[in-house]
Amino acid sequence: MARTNAIRESFGDKLFLTIVYIFLSIILLAVLYPLIYILSSSFSSPQAVISGKVWLLPVDFSLAGYKAIFSNPQIMTGYGNSLFYTVCGVLINVCLTVMLAYPLSKSTFYGRHLIMVILIITMMFSGGLIPYYLTVKSLGILNTRWAMLLPGAMAVWQVIIARTFFQSSIPKELGEAAELDGCTDIGFLWRVVLPLSKPILAVLVLMYAVGHWNAYFDALIFLKTQGLFPLQIVLRNILILNSIDSSMMVDANKMAAMQGLRDLLKFSLIVVATVPVLAIYPFVQKYFVQGILIGSLKG
Amino acid sequence: MPSSTGLIEREKTAAHATDTGSGSLLLLRDRGKRIKRHWQLYLLVLLPLAYLVIFKYVPMYGAQIAFRDFSPVRGITGSEWVGLTNFNTFFKSPNFWMLIKNTLIISTYSLLIGFPAPIILALALNEVRSMRFKRFVQMVTFAPYFISTIVMVSMIILFLSPRLGFIDHILSAFGVEAVNFMGVPSYFSSIFVWSNVWQGIGYGAVIYLAALSGINTDLYEAARVDGASRIQKVWHIDIPGIMPAATILLILNVGQIMNVGFEKIYLMQNPLNTSTSEVISTYVYKIGLLGANFSFSAAVDLFNSVINLILLLSVNYFARRVSDSSLW
Repeated sequence: MARTNAIRESFGDKLFLTIVYIFLSIILLAVLYPLIYILSSSFSSPQAVISGKVWLLPVDFSLAGYKAIFSNPQIMTGYGNSLFYTVCGVLINVCLTVMLAYPLSKSTFYGRHLIMVILIITMMFSGGLIPYYLTVKSLGILNTRWAMLLPGAMAVWQVIIARTFFQSSIPKELGEAAELDGCTDIGFLWRVVLPLSKPILAVLVLMYAVGHWNAYFDALIFLKTQGLFPLQIVLRNILILNSIDSSMMVDANKMAAMQGLRDLLKFSLIVVATVPVLAIYPFVQKYFVQGILIGSLKG
Repeated sequence: MPSSTGLIEREKTAAHATDTGSGSLLLLRDRGKRIKRHWQLYLLVLLPLAYLVIFKYVPMYGAQIAFRDFSPVRGITGSEWVGLTNFNTFFKSPNFWMLIKNTLIISTYSLLIGFPAPIILALALNEVRSMRFKRFVQMVTFAPYFISTIVMVSMIILFLSPRLGFIDHILSAFGVEAVNFMGVPSYFSSIFVWSNVWQGIGYGAVIYLAALSGINTDLYEAARVDGASRIQKVWHIDIPGIMPAATILLILNVGQIMNVGFEKIYLMQNPLNTSTSEVISTYVYKIGLLGANFSFSAAVDLFNSVINLILLLSVNYFARRVSDSSLW
């Protein structure tokens, strides 16, 4: 992208470039401001939040919102559950994805075209919500932790990404050499392919992990017991349905203070729920970009 | 190596590939040997295939519930066959046109705004010469992608609430009275679409930026020699350069036009805005799972899936006729 400036820019070009910069700055502000607003509000006092004094920086710095969150058992259980679903879910996801993607990437694997067709059909057509629900119900895993792990055990898109990676980055000669040396397929996958595939494994882990952490749909339809709820469902109850049990308001003796704390809590809760993902994001951005690009190669 | 292994490695040929090898006996025996030698690969795919069958294909088979009068005691296949009764009930119900209208308005609006937005961002970013600024804008605009739907919707509700939101604080500074935005039916689609743009624009731009960086630099050189302005370069080089990627994404988007996401709309709904916010997917959930009217809502869902499939196939067919880019 090295464009030399040997020829002087015309007035029109300069104007165009200025408009581009202004446009990008507006977008930058429009994306950044709501995030900053949430963050600053969460560190302000309840009074400052309700009266709309917070504009850019925290007003009357306080940690009241965060104190309320960390003393709330419901939110903490949700956090724990979400961690559990994310860790176990990702383990299952990555195993199944590799188990399917690797054979599909081998040209010596007879039947791979048929399996690809089977895979792609599921992307274009689905049985629908009700049959999906009834299937899970008939397996007897409704309202158990399995309902959060098994129905989403593998994503077709990720299988295609992994397959494309294996196909393009593992030299065929390597496989043939290993075969001559008497290495089995699984041995080759375990000892040679996987160590060479760390970048794609990172892509898979991250994509699946974000998916699990942010998901709420399966929990909404499959879970009834409070103790199993992931964080997102707890968030929905508090943030959107507004149902906060008044016992969780720790030092709220006065009604007014309680209302204020209730509003403040929403801001802090948004921060607490989003930080785990956003904090690692700048470091792993390249993996996501990679994932999107490998996925689009085949499209 | 048997001859069939050298075949072109693309899904497009999948259908042909299976019959090319069927001719000679020698090839068949060879194939048997190959399967035997690589039995471990078949072992590996067993579990993933079982997953696909149980959680994707069994529900597809179960979609026949739409043609039956489901009774929990008798199960899906044991319930009475009623043909198209459920579909007829849906077509005649007063909700039918409202659902179709809401679904189409929201999805078309999404497509019209949400599809070009990342392209414009990518084109603008491509003009920026300061790499640091470019990377910073990219990083910031990508970030909202990681916000969960629930948090996203709560942010929308907070910002637009008449009491807490900064939007109303700005309006009141200008002397405008507080508005309960989420309660006004006519605002619903705009709130939905523009918040989607806010959340997805950076993510969507990634593909286009890659396509732009893949454009042959000779073209820019030639344009510069010919004295092309920046706008002309964008128009005659950049836009044609991202057309293939854009076509594919457009096909995918149009194929999803009846599938406006359940997750976000359901959360954004409240009793005041259902007249414009009720779409097919939320209706299916409410009637089916909350109202336990399984067969009827499965029929509504199936109707939706079939329309989607037809749309996807026809858009793809059309794209293949008029351009080189298509899904298959």
